[in-house]
Amino acid sequence: MSTTTLAIEVNGVSKSYGSIKALDKVSLCVERGELFGLIGPDGAGKTTLFKILVTLLNADEGTAHVDGLDVVKDYKQIRARVGYMPGKFSLYPDLTIEENMEFFATLFGVTVEQNYDMVAPIYKQIEPFKNRRAGRLSGGMKQKLALSCALIHRPSVLFLDEPTTGVDAVSRSEFWDMLYSLKQQGLSIMVSTPYMDEASRCDRIALCNSGKVLDIDSPEHMVEKFGSPLYAIKSSNMFGLLKDLRSFDYVANCYTAGEYHHLLAGNGFDARQLVSDLENRGHTNVELKGIVPDIEDVFIKLLSNED
Amino acid sequence: MPALKVLLKKELLQFKRNSFLPRLVVAFPIMIMLIIPWVTTMDVRHVSVSVVDNDHSQLSHRIISKINASDYLTLHSVTGSFDLSFKSLEHGDVDAILEIPADYEKSFVTGSAKKVSISANSVNATKGSLGSQYLAQTLAASVKEMRASLSPTQVGDLVLIQNRYNPTLEYRNFMIPAILVILIIIITGFLPALNLVGEKEAGTIEQINVTPVSRFTFTLAKLIVYWVAGLIVISIALVVAWLVYGLTSVGSLLTIYAGALLFILVISGFGLIASNISSTMQQAVFFMFFLVMVFMLMSGLLTPIESMPKWAQYATYVLPPRYFISIMRSVFLKGATFYDMRFNFLALAILAVVMNLGAAITYRKRS
Repeated sequence: MSTTTLAIEVNGVSKSYGSIKALDKVSLCVERGELFGLIGPDGAGKTTLFKILVTLLNADEGTAHVDGLDVVKDYKQIRARVGYMPGKFSLYPDLTIEENMEFFATLFGVTVEQNYDMVAPIYKQIEPFKNRRAGRLSGGMKQKLALSCALIHRPSVLFLDEPTTGVDAVSRSEFWDMLYSLKQQGLSIMVSTPYMDEASRCDRIALCNSGKVLDIDSPEHMVEKFGSPLYAIKSSNMFGLLKDLRSFDYVANCYTAGEYHHLLAGNGFDARQLVSDLENRGHTNVELKGIVPDIEDVFIKLLSNED
Repeated sequence: MPALKVLLKKELLQFKRNSFLPRLVVAFPIMIMLIIPWVTTMDVRHVSVSVVDNDHSQLSHRIISKINASDYLTLHSVTGSFDLSFKSLEHGDVDAILEIPADYEKSFVTGSAKKVSISANSVNATKGSLGSQYLAQTLAASVKEMRASLSPTQVGDLVLIQNRYNPTLEYRNFMIPAILVILIIIITGFLPALNLVGEKEAGTIEQINVTPVSRFTFTLAKLIVYWVAGLIVISIALVVAWLVYGLTSVGSLLTIYAGALLFILVISGFGLIASNISSTMQQAVFFMFFLVMVFMLMSGLLTPIESMPKWAQYATYVLPPRYFISIMRSVFLKGATFYDMRFNFLALAILAVVMNLGAAITYRKRS
């Protein structure tokens, strides 16, 4: 096993909370310098996996290595080498920005000055407010402070648990730009998000649901290997449309996707046939177009394959 | 140790910025010391008495005027029939009835003394029994005076009672050392427990747990702050005891502080266990409340341990306040030395080790 070359390696890790299986034989690996995304809805087991990797939780079975170190045996060394930003803001709200930074730097045995270059691109944005208490910052600023604190000891692997949840669209986009520039500096990053549209910002992603990894690949590859033709369809009666589409044998799957329904073609599918069948059932203004699938379509297809 | 230094600095900053805690630490002991010693008293005063006078003699008048003059007894009424007095008792206006039989005074002269009856409302057992005792004493004093006026030979007191160490029988003197114990339990047991659980609730503990800082250092930094707070609280309370009640320790203050330090170690160990086994403030508060209840009611704080049933007396051996209360009262009121109290100190030391071991065992940095 060449654990030394990988940033993160997870082998058959399982974890249960009572009767609930949070992780079910999860295996994955993250290369050095890779931006790896863990994509899945709430309850997929993302946070549990993070906690195991940053040594806050023990797995029931399986092994995991971070930076070539075993998460159980070498937990002390791992703690010095990883940066972790939990999903919930967990800095001290009654300390100022500057005090929080200095506090965490000292705990890791470094000073803010020493590693200023590491955090500068992010920290500079909030530095003008350094005497403000962390509890009184806006959501976006809190997030930048949390990221700065997670980076202050120059970690080699960065774990970000749902960093963009509850953050506005502009700040979210900015945040991904920051991650990209960190990756350029050679940092390995594992980030989780419930937003499928953020998947394309990662080098590779793992799609997960109910404690299982459905697929691991680059987002482009996942879309390429989608295979079946995908259509977007709408009519004047959207609810009736969904019901009728599901009754046709030649429609493999159909689900709502914003303004349109997405439709996965099955055996014997013919676009003209479909439109006329729908008009026979009284649908008007039927609009059908072929589309390129996105990660959400991939996820839904993988989910239906699971059942 | 730079980590401990920065942790201490952080705790102090948080303590200072908290709008509530610093004030609590100063105001709480002063308030408790100013109010509680006045209100917690087992002395029974103002027992309301109704006298049924069937005698109308010199003696019965002497008894009535003695009751009237007493600080402990208040004369409610003098009636001619028991039923009338009993109505007042039922009504709650009267605590005890003294019935003097007809020809009571005469019966002394004839040699076969008649019996006086005392009926007391004993819903409050202490008030009932003490009230009738006071009445009996008053009666005895009156009879003695009458006999003295009849015969020239003086009869001396048969029994001489001396209240050593608390000569005026002030309940306050008994309570003040105990109040110091309660203050320590709250400041050094409750507060660090709540502070630790607070970090759990806020999630900040996770951020700390992924740093290389050991849990021991982290906890120690918290405890040091509250240990110091606890010693400050005791000092404030001692000053109040001296200024307001004129009560100073007969024994050495050094012994008191040594006991306090040991007791603080035990109690903060308790607090740590509470914070380890609870994940929310509510749970921690409930756990601590339960313990404090047991501590207050079973450690000899309010009622003497010797009057508990045997099994309960054995159970008190595991209660740390038992030893500290005993040290406080003995040193404070009797001037006991460290050597006199050595077994209490030893017990506290053992409990300190046990509690803090327990805290270490119940703690898990990851689950």
